[in-house]
Order: sequence, then structure tokens, then C-alpha cells
Amino acid sequence: QLGRRLSCPPVSAALKQGQITPTELYQKCLSLIKKTKFLNAYITVSEDVALKQAEDSEKRYKKGHSLGDLDGIPIAVKDNFSTSGIETTCASNMLKGYVPPYNATVVQKLLDQGAILMGKTNLDEFAMGSGSTDGVFGPVKNPWSYSKQYREKRKQKPHGEKEDSNWLITGGSSGGSAAAVAAFTCFAALGSDTGGSTRNPAAHCGVVGFKPSYGLVSRHGLIPLVNSMDVPGILTRCVDDAALVLGVLAGHDPKDSTTVQDPVKPFTLPTLTDVSKLCIGIPKVTLPFYYFTEMLSTQFPNLQNGDNNSHRCDIDVSTEAMYAATRREGFNDVVRGRILSGNFFLLKENYENYFIKAQKVRRLIANDFVNVFNSGVDVLLTPTTLSDAVPYLEFIKEDNRTRSAQDDIFTQAVNMAGLPAVSVPVALSNQGLPIGLQFIGRAFRDQQLLTIAKWFEKQVQFPVIQLQELMDDCSSVFEIEKLGSVSLKQ
Amino acid sequence: MAAPMLRWCCLGRRWVLACIDGGSRHGRGAAIGFTSSRKRGQSSVAQQPLITAQKSRKGEHKWAAVVGLEIHAQISSNSKLFSGSQVHFAAPPNSLVSFFDASLPGTLPVLNRRCVEAAVMTGLALSCRINKKSLFDRKHYFYADLPAGYQITQQRLPIAVNGSLAYSVCAGKKPSQVITKTVRIKQIQLEQDSGKSLHDELRSQTLIDLNRAEGQLRVDANISVHHPGEPLGVRTEVKNLNSARFLAKAIDSEIERQIHELENGREILNETRSFDYKLGCTMPMRDKEGKQDYRFMPEPNLPPLLLYDTASLPPGADPQQVINIDWIRERLPELPSETREKLVQQYGMLPEHSFALLNEVGLLEFFQNVIKETRAEPKKVTSWVLNIFLGFLKQQNLAVNESPVTPTALAELLSLLDRKAISSSAAKQVFEELWRSKGKTPSQIVSEKRLELMQDEEALERVCHAVMEGHPQVVMDVKRGNSRAINKLIGLVRKATLSRADPTVIKEILEKKLSS
Repeated sequence: QLGRRLSCPPVSAALKQGQITPTELYQKCLSLIKKTKFLNAYITVSEDVALKQAEDSEKRYKKGHSLGDLDGIPIAVKDNFSTSGIETTCASNMLKGYVPPYNATVVQKLLDQGAILMGKTNLDEFAMGSGSTDGVFGPVKNPWSYSKQYREKRKQKPHGEKEDSNWLITGGSSGGSAAAVAAFTCFAALGSDTGGSTRNPAAHCGVVGFKPSYGLVSRHGLIPLVNSMDVPGILTRCVDDAALVLGVLAGHDPKDSTTVQDPVKPFTLPTLTDVSKLCIGIPKVTLPFYYFTEMLSTQFPNLQNGDNNSHRCDIDVSTEAMYAATRREGFNDVVRGRILSGNFFLLKENYENYFIKAQKVRRLIANDFVNVFNSGVDVLLTPTTLSDAVPYLEFIKEDNRTRSAQDDIFTQAVNMAGLPAVSVPVALSNQGLPIGLQFIGRAFRDQQLLTIAKWFEKQVQFPVIQLQELMDDCSSVFEIEKLGSVSLKQ
Repeated sequence: MAAPMLRWCCLGRRWVLACIDGGSRHGRGAAIGFTSSRKRGQSSVAQQPLITAQKSRKGEHKWAAVVGLEIHAQISSNSKLFSGSQVHFAAPPNSLVSFFDASLPGTLPVLNRRCVEAAVMTGLALSCRINKKSLFDRKHYFYADLPAGYQITQQRLPIAVNGSLAYSVCAGKKPSQVITKTVRIKQIQLEQDSGKSLHDELRSQTLIDLNRAEGQLRVDANISVHHPGEPLGVRTEVKNLNSARFLAKAIDSEIERQIHELENGREILNETRSFDYKLGCTMPMRDKEGKQDYRFMPEPNLPPLLLYDTASLPPGADPQQVINIDWIRERLPELPSETREKLVQQYGMLPEHSFALLNEVGLLEFFQNVIKETRAEPKKVTSWVLNIFLGFLKQQNLAVNESPVTPTALAELLSLLDRKAISSSAAKQVFEELWRSKGKTPSQIVSEKRLELMQDEEALERVCHAVMEGHPQVVMDVKRGNSRAINKLIGLVRKATLSRADPTVIKEILEKKLSS
């Protein structure tokens, strides 16, 4: 516990020193959640559950028995992670009302460290999308739409209304989690990343979005999109916080046979001073990834039809009829389209030409990365996205499939190879919006990757979002800003 | 998820099953099997053209049947194949269902070690090659008792392949006409079982029980017929047979049906059928329409299953994490063929008797316990166990462990017989009494019913003498050379002694008297 942080007090130190109590912190975050409700970042706000957790945390602190640096820290979880007793919808009608009886392993680990679960965040339905616009609870709005930095560039009045018809998307599919962190409603959030779903919204929302190596973090309880590419993702306001959360989450889970057995020790990121020996590679991106990713995303046929608590239509003529009607009612077009594609590619006559071919291409892509890293490159560097965040009205001009293909261009290959990657906010565009850069590391060198990212973060000194004019009560934001991160920002 | 299942595909040689000559369709020789490899749930046989150009004339060409069996055997383990929930027979519906069994979103399969060991043991016992690397696949179809929408199985690369099983079959009417046959085992694969469906016709609904600890053995039979030398015929699948007797009936009736159809110029449809026990024939199953594409794909949540032997075991490997085939092989129990061989060697029994002893659960143990406690000859024990004891069991439809007669009791009885304290017909009476009234020992029964053999030779001589005196005609017959007449005398003496005299001793005495 000692020696993890160096200088000015971060929030966990503040908690330890009693400068602020867990319940106070909880109240501040809750109040911000309510004030930023228009962002639609949260599907469920678990007020009562979180209050109880905060009270328990407070008791621990009073006795001097805190569980660690995450004890009392408000977090949010993307709504495709199973949370016991808290509705888990995947932003789909199919799972509306579904209250799981168990926690995802990563959720349990955070709760075991005393984290405060503020709520479940919004996403594209079943994580299928790159905008966080296609869920049944509506799209998520990017907090930067209301930032001083953006509005000044657009020559809008500083005291513009909250309702802005030209608001920007967060990116996706973990847009709710990214917005929740960016708007200071929590200190860390869980996302998921299958083709860039954590890194993409992180870049658009100006936060850190970390994708761990496949097999490092348990997927038990993460409702799957592509089983061989999904990972839980971490969204925070600084790299140190991401490392802290990773230290809690990483490690073998007997309930997930795809996690590696090697033991994982919690770690603190060293501060790099001399990076002269580091070799950073910058790839030329020319591959048309998308068509292959579609074929790989064929694990939709197994999407659950629903269970005890989930949506079921009224037809009872036959099981088949009920299934068909339930699927039509429960899934949106994107989801249904992908399920049908998946079924198509797995048909006996198509398997060889599509599925097997896609796997082969995937192997080639993975090998490409291996070769690059073997040639002396330590990390790769690419933009995270093609542009800064676009307005919703523009985004929806193209369909989900097209958008996903375009937007995942820098991020998708990483999932195919199972590598760790992180998006770090670097600067504001000339529109005043965040731009993120992506670092890609070798498999299971997550710590090294984050170390480099941390150094980089220090170099660029990305500005804090200025949301003050939006908030009636500026003090909340100010205070949270001061606390800033769980760990330290130099 | 489910109760773990092993699936065996049995293949045999494509021998002639039945010779058809002038309408006779009987005769079963070897059980036969498939040679075609089954790709992804579809048989390549179905795609071979059936020769319809040559119309088969009734009774002229021989027919050969090809039968392949898919045997679903539940592994005896405490928990299920992928889910960790327990397996208990006859538990209340849905009381043993884990989150994974119910396919709750986000749950993942975790392989059960004991099930893998059981599969390896089965593979070794059936002389299979154990695949050091095997893979898991998803087989997709929709049914109410399959909440995930797919079943995890081993389609591409199962855990064991290319085995064989030797078995005996009666070639003729006499029990001694036993021949040994071999059936090929194509593969052994691990797979999940689906839930149990209970169809409630009254309320038009189906109730699902996801416990899945039912039906310990189930067989599907794949049957086709063809003329030897010609390509294989279209096959049908007869599903869900759960007794050996019905399996045989179903196969026979389906073979008959197919021959009948073909001989009348019709075609066989590649379809799934069920066996109607009452009618004694197969019927098409209504809910299966056409060929189903199961959209197989690799199960992404289970890495390849790697097995090791002593040579390939990585150094410093955690024994909890690896399975060593050699270690399992060493711990295989004695296989039936070995046991039978031992019985033949040790007790000089006939091979067919060794089969019979092993074919009934608990019978071998019973036999061995009797042998331990009596000095009677093994052949006598064998005969009593297989004929009289087993006969009584079958008559009352009892299992060996339900027998009212204990091994000790039978041993005691056989010892009495061996000592000639009682005659063999008396012994049978005692046995009947033992069967009826538990708790009495053979000695008690013998003395109660006064079944002891006469030991007093003088008294017996007197009886013989009396009988001879009383039946001079018969005596004359004997002296005239009618060897069978002496049996009448023996019978009379036995009657006079209330069957308490040993017939061989009676015979001796009579012969002595008659020759004097």
C-alpha cells in the first residue's frame, strides 16, 4: 500500500486521511450523475446499493481497515457485465428486466476492493456499434459537446443551453462508461473491447481507455460479442488509475478457461525518464479489416434467446414461433443482421470459404504483429480514431455496419491478435475536441505498455475538460477535478 | 452444463447381414457398422446415388445391411461436464442447475477433469488411440431443452478414435456354438447432454428439466441396406433406443422395412425415425424436417484439450493441471476379456459360461463368493449358479443383489451335496425352500424336511431287497439284458426311501444283488 504515490494527494489518500469520507464522495458523484443525466451515460443508477457500499467503506476507514486504494472509490460498469441484483440489459429489449443472480468476476473483484458501484452505463445494443447510438435506451452524448473548449471554437455563447441538437457522439460501444468518467461522475469505469469499443470512446471523450491482453482478465460474466476477441476494458482519467484497476482485475479465473494460468502480481508503474532506447513503430494502415472482422464475428448464433427474466413475446403457438417473434421484438436491426450473417457464414457450404478463410487472415494479422515486435519495436503507435467526435446527426447518415468498419480501422487488428493497447488523450483538435493516440504492446507486456503510456501522458499534458458553465453548482465539479484521479497526476 | 456424455460410434465390417433367398429374411450374423466418415453431422452415405437403374427383383439379389450405432453413455461423476453442478439421479426437477446450465448470459464452460479421465479410460478399454490433442465444437440447433441454442461436443477432433470391441455371439442353436466377432469403434467424444423435455399434451406445453441426470445409456442406430458390391444405400436414423432388446428389434424391423420398400421400387428417405414399441416397427419422427445444418464452429471458450503420457509430460508440470494417459492406463481395472480368460483357466469353465457370468451385474462376485466358501467342484458351482440360481432370478425378475439366497447359503448347500449328505434332487428342494424362506440355513432345512441321504447301507440293502422281491417281473427284465429296466428299480427304491438314498449307491447295490 505504501509508496505507490508520490506527491499531491489523490482521492484515495484524501479518503485515508479523512479529508473526505466515502459517503461524501458518493454524494458528490451521485449529484453529478443527476446533473449530467442529459448525457444519457447511465442506464441504471444503483443509488441505494452504492450508498450501502459507501457506508460500509466509511466504517472500514474509521477503523483503519481500508481494503486498498480502491476502497470507497465510485466506479461505473458497462451494462454488458453481469451484476448481481442489478438489472443488466446490454441496452437491449431482450434483456430488459433481467436481473442476474451473480457478479461478473471483474465486478466482484472491484467490489471486493471496496469500490462503490454507482451504476450501469449505456452502450450500443449488445456492444455492436462504434457510436453508442444504437441501444434501446437512446444514444449517449459526449460531454465535450458542452465543454467550453468546444463551444468557444464553434463561437457559441458560453452560457448555451444544455439542449444542443448538434451534440456529439461519444464513440462506442462503451460510450456510457467513457462519458461517465469524462464527466467526473466516477473515477473509473469498466468497458468492453472487441474491436476498439473501449479505446474509441476513450479517444472521443478525452480519457484513458485501456485494452488488456486477451487472457489476462476474466470474461466470466461479460456478456459476449466475439468470445475470441472480447476483453474487459478500463476507462480512467489517467494512466496510473488504469494500472491500479488492472492490478486488481488481472489474473487467472477458474471460471474462464481462456485466462492464462501465470500468476499476476499487482504493480506500480515506474516513472520513465530516459526513453532514448525505446523503439516506437508507426504502421502504414492499408488492410481492409472490416470484412474479415464480420466473418469472425460469427459467434452470434449463440446469442441467448432470453431466459427467465428476459423478454419473451406472447406467442405460444409453438416454440419456433415464439422464438422468432421474441427475436424480432427483442433485438434491433443491427443485432438481428449480425446474427443472420453469423448463421450464414457457418452454413456447411460457406464454412470453408468464409469462416476458415477469415481465421487464416486473422492468423496472418497476428503473425504480422509478432514479426514487427520481433524486429525490435517495443510499442506501436497509431491514431485511435480517424477523426475527432462527430455530431450525432452526421454519424447516423451511415449505417452501423459502415460506421463500425470505418471507425475500427486502427483498433480492430489489435483484438484479432489479442494484444494490449491503450488510447491516451494527447491534444485538442482545432475544433476543441479530444484526440487520442493508441499504443499497442506485445502480448502480456501490459505493464510495459502502460509505463510508456504514462510517460507519454506526462509529456503531452492533456487539458482538463471545462464543464463549469454547465453546472449550476460549480463546486462539485471543482472538487472532483481537484481530486482528479484515484492516484496521482504529476 | 449437462450430465457428461460419452458418445461412441461403432463400426463393423460391411458383412452380409441377411441372405435373402425366396423371401426368407432371417438370420443375424455379426453386428455391422459404418465405414463412411461422418462429416459434421452429415453422412457421406446420404450423398451417394442409390442405384435405381437396376431394379432389384424380389428374392434374387442378396441384401447386405450396414448398421452404425451412436451410443450416448452418461459418465459416472459427481459434477457435470462443463458446469460444476452436481449429478444426482432422480433429483427434483431443476434443482441441480448452475448458471451455466441455464445459459445465463456471460457464463462460460469449464471442463470437468473426472469426465476427461473417464473418457480416456473408456478409450483405452476399447483399444482406441487417444488423441493427445482434441477440440470442442458448438453444434447449433434450437429446442426448448437447449437454452444456449447449441450443444458443446467434439465434432472435428474427438478424444479417442479407431478402437474395437470383441464380443461373442451365438452362431447356432446350441449355447456352445459361440463365435467371437469384432466391431470397430470409430470415435469417442465428450459432449453435453440436453435437458429433459416433458410434453404436456393437455395444456399444449412442454416442461423442461435442466438437471439432465437421466437416461444413463441411449442408443441411436443408423441403418441402410444395399446389394453387396454396390454403393451403400440411403440411411435412416432410429433415435433414442434405451434397451438392448428394443435396439435389436428396431434394427431388424427397419432393415425389413427398407428391403421391402426397395424391393417394391420405392426409395428410402434420409430421415430420422423412432421406434414404436407397441407396433414393433419404426415410424418417421414428425418434427424433423429435412437435413439439418448444425452450423458447427469451434467452441471459443474451451482451449484445445491436451493430454500427456509419461514421455511427453512437461517437466515440473502441476499434476492437478495435467492428465497422464499412462497413469490412467495403469489404473484401468481388469477388463472383461481378461476376467473371462482367467475364469476359463482357473476353473476350466467353458467360454460361454464365462460370458454368462459376466453378463449379469453382480453374478461374478456372487459366484466367486460361493467358490470361496465351498469345497464343491468349480464346475458344479458354475452349473448351479448359471442354471438354477440364475433361473430363479430371471423367473422373478430380480437382480443378483436382490436375491434371497446368499452366497454363503448356496455354498453351504453345495458342500452338503458334495459330501453326499443329500441327493441332488434333495438339493434342489432345499434351494427352493431357501429361496422362499429367508433366514434358514440349508442344514436347518435338510433336517426339518428330513432330506438327509440314507447313510445306513444295510438298511438300504434291505429296501433294495424288498423292492426286488416285490417286482420280480422287472428283475427278470434286467436279467434278460434290458439295461433300462434297472432305472425302474432304482426309481422304486428311491420312492421307498422317500428320495433319501443316493441313486448311484442304489444302483451299485442292485447291480450287486442282480449279479449274484
